[in-house]
Amino acid sequence: MNSKTAKAPLIPYLFWIILFVIAPIALILYYSLLDLNGHFTLANYAKFFTPVYLKMTLSSFWYAFLITLFTLIFAYPTAYLLTKTKHKRLWLMLIIIPSWINLLLKTYAFIGIFGLYGPINALIEVFGFNPKQILFTDFSFVFVAVYIFIPFMIIPIFNSLDKMNPSLIFAARDLGASAWTTFRRVVFPLTIDGVKAGIQVTFIPALSLFMITRLIAGNQVITLGTAIEQQFLVSQNWGMGSTIAVFLIVFMLLTMLVTKQNSKGGRA
Amino acid sequence: MKKLSAASKAYLVLVFAVLYAPILYLIFYSFNSGGNMNNFESFTLEHYQAVFDDSRLIVILINTVIVALLSGLIATVIGTLGAIGIVSIKDKKMRNTLLSLNNVLIVSPDVVIGASFLILFTMIGVKLGFASVLVSHVAFSVPIVVLMVLPKLLEMNTSLIDAARDLGATKRDVLTRVILPYISPGIFAGFFMALTYSLDDFAVTFFVTGNGFSTLSVEIYSMARAGISLTVNAISGLVFAITVLVVIGYYFINQRTKSAMAEGQR
Repeated sequence: MNSKTAKAPLIPYLFWIILFVIAPIALILYYSLLDLNGHFTLANYAKFFTPVYLKMTLSSFWYAFLITLFTLIFAYPTAYLLTKTKHKRLWLMLIIIPSWINLLLKTYAFIGIFGLYGPINALIEVFGFNPKQILFTDFSFVFVAVYIFIPFMIIPIFNSLDKMNPSLIFAARDLGASAWTTFRRVVFPLTIDGVKAGIQVTFIPALSLFMITRLIAGNQVITLGTAIEQQFLVSQNWGMGSTIAVFLIVFMLLTMLVTKQNSKGGRA
Repeated sequence: MKKLSAASKAYLVLVFAVLYAPILYLIFYSFNSGGNMNNFESFTLEHYQAVFDDSRLIVILINTVIVALLSGLIATVIGTLGAIGIVSIKDKKMRNTLLSLNNVLIVSPDVVIGASFLILFTMIGVKLGFASVLVSHVAFSVPIVVLMVLPKLLEMNTSLIDAARDLGATKRDVLTRVILPYISPGIFAGFFMALTYSLDDFAVTFFVTGNGFSTLSVEIYSMARAGISLTVNAISGLVFAITVLVVIGYYFINQRTKSAMAEGQR
């Protein structure tokens, strides 16, 4: 393609990159250095390293870790079994459909399901226990988050399992590997890129969830996302909000570095 | 292929049950004449009636669809042009830089995108409301379109373009008659993804929407915060029905273009 003719289409795109990719990041950095009166200060960063914020960051990480772990534990076998079904594409489609229903609606459903008079508590009563408040606990928060993220974890794992050459498994079995060894030494390493992609799309959003915490966890759980929303929209302290956002971006970059895909891929 | 064991089947059934239970639960109670999601009194359509009678809700619904369609269209144009531009860049380093910048908005947490856009709009003096929501949706949809169109462009044989040139096609002809038709499946997929992103977005919209303007997600959030209202259930019934229809439609269009392409290659 003639390079001169092809530069013109780039103009609106470059404009988009400058205005909506570079400028927002620069603005976040700039605002993180401002106090409530618009004066330059490093106070926001100092504040972030106080126990209150460090504790919140740690707990945000802990919840994101739990959510990612449980999502992986439930998603991997599902993806594996899906690749074994007839019409696997159709079944995968059926897994994806719920992810297209508005997030808010699904979260709202759990307000009813976990409610004091909801079906879960009705079941608990059948077994002779007293109804419990399930809503507004960290259990309900983790459960709903796992529920929301499961399709996004299944898809990349399914794709990498699907790409895998089945003769590798036969070879391992022929050479005397047990089912578990085959899984641990052959299947899992070959699908690690899918797992990493799944972790990426779960862990980063899990750090920054805020609507689920508000609706399901009451004020029991505060994630980095909740804190940013609080600072921006409630306290109107954009400086502090931006500082937390800066750290969230840093954590995001670290997560991506850790889960970086092996560019060689499973298939040579 | 070995058949699945009973335990495996049971596990899959359980996963599907858990995935669909909340949605079916919502829809089931949308027909409940009682005012809650706990005991079913009798069948009624009054909550659906309430959705259609609530003119404010209808306006919000129309807003949501308009924002999705408009932002999808604009993002598709910018993204497609961007993808064509990126492919034309010969400098590998430059190309990779652009691609990395392209992915920033895809991997960034919604809250950060929302907050940074809020700062941006306030700085340049865009009034929060329809304009800011539309522009944000365009902004976060562009990279998706680029990612959908790029593979199509990369798999395209460049001798097609050379041939067209040799046969006397102008630059414009090459773009509209050779490149665009070839990559149209990618463009459609990009537009469709942009649509779903826009319809589904909550966090970014929540930050950049003012007092007067609302989309369905933001509205559901405030309704859900206020407590259980079976109007929300009726909305979810409608949303689910529409989603399934769209998925089926998309599936068939996909099948048809696939078979049409297979025909063409024969």
